[in-house]
Amino acid sequence: MDPIIILHAGVATGTVLLFATIGEIFAERAGVLNLGLEGMMLIGAMSAFAITVQTGNGGLGLLAAMLAAGILSLLHGLVTIHFQADQVVSGLALTFLGVGLSLVLGEGLSSAGAIALLPKYTVPVLSSIPLLGPILFTKQSVMVYIGYILIPLSWFYINHTRFGLHLRAVGENPTAADAMGLNIYRLRYTYVFVGGILAGLAGGTISLAISPGWFSELTTGGMGWIAIGLVIFAQWNPWRAAFGSYAFGALRRTILDIQGPQMIFGLRNPFFFNPYYGFFLQMLPFAFTIIVLIIGSRGALRKRLGAPAALGLPYIRGERGL
Amino acid sequence: MTSNEAEKQGSSRRFQLPFQIRVEPRLEVPRWLSPVVSLGAIITALLLGGLILAFVGGNPFQAYAHIAKAAFGNLGVLSDTLVKATPLILTGLACTVAFRMKLWNIGAEGQFYMGALGASIVVLTGLVPEDASRFVTVSVMLIAGVVFGAFWGFIPGWLKARLKVNEIITTLMLNYIAISLTNYFIFGVWSEGGFQMSHTFQRSAWLPRLADFAEQMPILRGLTTHFGLVFAIVAAVIVGYVLYRSIWGYEIRLIGDNPRAAEYAGINITRNTVLVMMFSGALAGLGGMSEIGGVVHRLQAAISPGYGFTGIIIAWLAKLNPIVVIPVAVLFGGLILAGREIQPAGIPRLIQGIILFMLIASDVLLRYRIRIVRRAERV
Repeated sequence: MDPIIILHAGVATGTVLLFATIGEIFAERAGVLNLGLEGMMLIGAMSAFAITVQTGNGGLGLLAAMLAAGILSLLHGLVTIHFQADQVVSGLALTFLGVGLSLVLGEGLSSAGAIALLPKYTVPVLSSIPLLGPILFTKQSVMVYIGYILIPLSWFYINHTRFGLHLRAVGENPTAADAMGLNIYRLRYTYVFVGGILAGLAGGTISLAISPGWFSELTTGGMGWIAIGLVIFAQWNPWRAAFGSYAFGALRRTILDIQGPQMIFGLRNPFFFNPYYGFFLQMLPFAFTIIVLIIGSRGALRKRLGAPAALGLPYIRGERGL
Repeated sequence: MTSNEAEKQGSSRRFQLPFQIRVEPRLEVPRWLSPVVSLGAIITALLLGGLILAFVGGNPFQAYAHIAKAAFGNLGVLSDTLVKATPLILTGLACTVAFRMKLWNIGAEGQFYMGALGASIVVLTGLVPEDASRFVTVSVMLIAGVVFGAFWGFIPGWLKARLKVNEIITTLMLNYIAISLTNYFIFGVWSEGGFQMSHTFQRSAWLPRLADFAEQMPILRGLTTHFGLVFAIVAAVIVGYVLYRSIWGYEIRLIGDNPRAAEYAGINITRNTVLVMMFSGALAGLGGMSEIGGVVHRLQAAISPGYGFTGIIIAWLAKLNPIVVIPVAVLFGGLILAGREIQPAGIPRLIQGIILFMLIASDVLLRYRIRIVRRAERV
């Protein structure tokens, strides 16, 4: 129950959620809700692990993960953007498809043997910062650092570049964006693909760095759905997404650690003496997601700050829009 | 025109097809089209599934032949298929009711577990005495299952209605919570001798099976179909009546089709959101109760191989028609029953995913017609 260890591990686990959440933010900002995160992450985790076992090269594994999940996301794009199908149902179908496909292709992969993990680094100067250094910059996986870079980068891209403006326009008012001369369909495909790539990266991060290996469905264990909840909590903002992701990572670690010691805060630890109480601990991330959603929804209501206005709506050229 | 120019034109034309594909919006949809398109989507999905199966080294023909035989080959397996179809009808109905109002209840799985838990609680805590008649015991179990399921639907319904919390995610999260809660009771409270299950219920808590009547009718010997199927069919009729013959159903459909118009018409959306989620949860809970009372006869882990999720596909495939849910659920029951023995284990889920994808993708054919027009000859 060392808070430094919990936060250190929380940042590592949270990186998975961070990639998935930011990916989903991109897709939703463009107006496409993709509920298939869990399936895409699972495909990513499976491909990354399989390719790394085959080639011994983690970088190739990550590339495969991003590609596999990206292709899967394009399927969602095709069905929702061109065929104008319901985004909720299509996302669910993508989940079924991704989970089924990764179980089929990942058959027997759990006993495929050990792989070399992605490297861990300690940043020379930053790691000596008191408190923050040991948590953020000591012996963290390379993926964690990629996550640090992704947060400001995606925030800057969305809010302060011309492309980001186009992205937001497509999600808020596609009719106006179309009149501006933007290609709505192409932009939506692009950002759905970006979302898929990042979901694949999230999956690859699990199987190559955070909890290495392939444990069929348990590899992601519902993290894709938590990420979708986090997007709403984050109000489509990468900084808030980062906060939420790392907090959830720390929560997961706390749940593991709290069952270890016999005494806790000077009291007998009920979770140690009755291991079945652990089932209640297992509920916590999911219960917290609901709480976080309530907070997010209330905050959004109060600030009149909602989802991208065209989120979930297909865009049909030539029809009257919003 | 010089020969050079003619050649240039020829080369630019070389890549043009002799016909043109035009996509035009349909003004009206013929009645026969929808079932034909759905059937085409399923066949395409099965073909694609077969391709993937062949790709990973299986034999798709053998696999499908096996599924057909192991699911519908004789009276015995047909009866087992109906056993699998029973919870699927109920979860399919649960999704139908909610989806009709465009409420995305993805939580039928959790509500199913809660129904099973509720039915088990009344038996295992001795709330109904062990010597009570079967009618009393089963009735109390039914009420408990329905109430627990409805409560699990009430939570996301209330959150959605009062606090505008997205129901997709809350219902999903509640699935995980319901499964953990059930596991706590299985492992921590009612575990018998360290096994991951409660003790077997007394006989009065078992739903009657066809096999119970084998003395009078020998043909029924060994048939496992149980009374839950009757619950399921009655539920389908009730849901059909409510949705298409009652005022409440009219309100539900109006909200689903056009919430703004419904609001102007004075329909209380807040109240209906909560009620429909509870109705939906109650149906899934009934499914859990029927599974506990009719099949496993005790509370144990992993009672559902994803019935709640398959219910989503069933509802969609049945075009949200409660009566059509029944035959569709029987087909999926067969797929799940026979799929248990197919390797790799993910195949049934994969095929379900492809079917759902094909279904929603094929809807575009209902809205647009694709015409192949011969390119007009130009000189």
